[in-house]
Amino acid sequence: MRWLLLKDLQILRRSPLLTALLVIYPIVLAVLIGLAVSRGPDKPTVAFLNEVPETQTLELGGEDGDSGFNQDQAFAELCGRVECVRASSRDDALDKVRDGEVLAALIVPEDFITKLEAQLSGAGLESADVEVFVNEDDPLKAQVVDDRISALLTEANLILSDRISETLISYLDLLVKGGEFSLPLLGEDVNFLGLKRVEQILRDVRGQLAGPEREVVDEVIRFAELTRQNLGFARPVLASVSEPISIEKEVVSGSVPPLDTFAIAVAIAVTLMFVTVLLVAGSLALEREENTFARLTPALVSRSALLVEKIGLGTICSVVVAVVLLGVLELFVNLAWERAPLIMLAIVFSGAAFAAMGSAIGAAAREVRASALAAFALTLPIAFLSLVPSGTVSEGLFDTIRFVTGAFPFRPALDALSAGLSSAGPDIGPPLLHLALLTLAYFAIARLALRRFA
Amino acid sequence: MPEPSARPTALVARGLTKAYGARAALRGVSFEVGRGELLAVLGPNGAGKTTMLGILAGIVEPDAGEVETDGGAVGWVPQQAALYRRLTVAENLRLFARLERSDDPDAAVEAMLAQTGLGDRSDDQVSTLSGGNQQRINIAIGLLAEPAVLLLDEPSAGLDPAQRIRLWEFVGGLTSAGTSVVYSTHQIEEAIHYGDRLLVLADGEALFDGTFPDLRRAAGAEGPPGDPEAEFVAFLRQRGH
Repeated sequence: MRWLLLKDLQILRRSPLLTALLVIYPIVLAVLIGLAVSRGPDKPTVAFLNEVPETQTLELGGEDGDSGFNQDQAFAELCGRVECVRASSRDDALDKVRDGEVLAALIVPEDFITKLEAQLSGAGLESADVEVFVNEDDPLKAQVVDDRISALLTEANLILSDRISETLISYLDLLVKGGEFSLPLLGEDVNFLGLKRVEQILRDVRGQLAGPEREVVDEVIRFAELTRQNLGFARPVLASVSEPISIEKEVVSGSVPPLDTFAIAVAIAVTLMFVTVLLVAGSLALEREENTFARLTPALVSRSALLVEKIGLGTICSVVVAVVLLGVLELFVNLAWERAPLIMLAIVFSGAAFAAMGSAIGAAAREVRASALAAFALTLPIAFLSLVPSGTVSEGLFDTIRFVTGAFPFRPALDALSAGLSSAGPDIGPPLLHLALLTLAYFAIARLALRRFA
Repeated sequence: MPEPSARPTALVARGLTKAYGARAALRGVSFEVGRGELLAVLGPNGAGKTTMLGILAGIVEPDAGEVETDGGAVGWVPQQAALYRRLTVAENLRLFARLERSDDPDAAVEAMLAQTGLGDRSDDQVSTLSGGNQQRINIAIGLLAEPAVLLLDEPSAGLDPAQRIRLWEFVGGLTSAGTSVVYSTHQIEEAIHYGDRLLVLADGEALFDGTFPDLRRAAGAEGPPGDPEAEFVAFLRQRGH
C-alpha cells in the first residue's frame, strides 16, 4: 500500500495544476481570511460640514460642570465611527458625494445648537435636524452609512437625555435637600431652602402653636413630608429614562468560539473540503481512466486496501494543506498553538472524513471530470447549508437542514476545528465521533460502488 | 468438442459460465493451453473473449466452472495500456514489481527494459511514448511476475502495422522461452498468422478449438485457402451466428 501512496504523491508532484491547487489555494484563502479577521471592516468615508459657530455650546447647568453638549466632543465621537473628510462648504460636501469621493455627507446646520437649546428649555418645538446626503450608486454601502449615522444620532439623543435626566435629578435633590444654585440665565447664586428643611422648621414652629393654627401647620408638614418622599421615588424613575431598556444576556445553549476562531475554522473546513474531496475523488477515478484499477485489484491489492490508501493520501494532504493555511494565518492572528494536539486531531479526523467522501464520489462517478463535478455539486450546497444559524429559518426547515448536513463531513469538521482552535468552542468529542462514523459510512459506500467500477 | 493441446498442459479451463443479468456472457467454455503455446481466442465483438480472459486472470468471478494451472502464475495484460501516464517507464515497472513482491525490483525493471528494448526510454514519462511502446510496457508489466501463462486482451488493437509486427516478435520471443500466451482478437488473419491454435467464441459459446485448416475442414471448405475472413464468417453463419 505504501508503494501506491508514494506513486500517488509522485503523480501529484508531476501535476502542476493539482500541486498549485494544493499549495496556492490554502495560502490565498489564509491571506484573505487573515486580512479580514485582523483588519476588520473599513469605515465608510463621510464628508462632514459643521456650520455651527465654534464658540457655541449647549450648557445644561448640571452640578458637575460637565453636563453640557460640547460640539467638538460630539464631532470627535462621530469621526471615530466613520472616516470624516472635512468639507469647506455645503456645495463642497455635496460635490464630494456626487463624485463618489465619499459615501455620504453630514451637515450640521448653523441653527442646530440654538434649536436644540430652545427645545430643551421648552421655548421651541422645532427639532434640531442634521442633514445627511447619501450616494445611492452603491446601495449596500449607503445602507451601511445610513445605519451608522442613524445609530450615532440615536446614541447622541440618548446622551442628551441622560444629561438632561442628570440635571433634573440635581434639581430634584435641590428641591428636597436645599442648597446653593446658580441660575443659568441670570448668573445669580440662590439659596434654596429645600423641603427637608421646610419640614424641620415647621415642626419647630408647631410646638409653639395650638388649636386650628396647629392643625394647619400639621397639614403643611404632612404635605412637605409626602412631597419629599414622592420626589425621592421620582429620582430612580428619572435615572431609568436614560436607559429604559437594558439587556441581560444569558446563554442557554451552545458554546460559541470567538468570531476570529470561527472564521479560521470555516477557512480550514472549506479548504479541506475542496482539496481533499476533489483530490481523492479524482485520484480514484484516475485509476479507472488509466485502466490500472483492473490490473491492481484484486490481484495485487484488495479493493479495501486501495480505498484505505486513497483515504490516507487525502488525510496526508489535508494535514499539509491545513498546516500551510495555519502557518500563513499566524502572520495575521495569534493562534493558540498550545492547543496544537487538538487542532491536529480535528484536522486528521476531518481530512479522513472528507477523503472517504471523496472516495465514495470517485467510485460512484468513475470518471475524473464527472467526479469533480459531483464533488462540487455535493459539497458546495452542503457547506452553505451547514452555516445556516438556528432561528433564521423555520424550526422544521432547520431540523431538515441539520439532518441533511449531518450526513456530510462539513458541519462536524467545522465543530471539531472550532473546538480544537478555541477552548470557548464546543466539546471536541462528539464531532470527532461524528467524523469517524462518517468516514466508516463513506468507506462502505465507496467499497460498494467499486463493485461496478472496473 | 474441443480438441486437447498436444503440448504439456499449462492451463485448463472447465465449463466457464458467466452471466451479466439476463445476458449470458459465457456458456460452459472449456479448453486447455499447452506450455509455450500461443492460443488465439477469436470471435466477433461481444463474443465473451474479454470476460473469459478476466476469469482466467482471476479478476472476474465465474458463475460456474473452474480454472486450473500447472502451478505457475498467470499474468494479465488488459486491452488498453494499464499504466500511470505521469510516471516514467522505469517508475511504472518498479511500482508493479514492488506490488508483485519481486525479490529484486530493480533487477526486474532492468530485465523488462532489456526485453522490451526500451532501456533508452526508461526515464521518459509513459504519456510521451507511442501506442506501440506503451503496449510493450503494458505487456512487460504482465511479465513481471514471470508468469507461466500470459493473457493478452486484444494486444494489437490501435497499433500500426510496424508496431504490430514488433509486438508479435516480442510475444514470439516469450513463447519460445516457454511462456504460454492466450490472446483475444477479432482479426482472423492475425489469429491465423501468429496463433498456434484458435479458440472460436460466439455469443459466449466455444464453437471451435483447433488450427485454421481444421476450422476450414469443419466448415466444409474445399480446395486452396481463399479469403480467411470470408471463410471464417461462413463458418460462423454455418453455426448459426
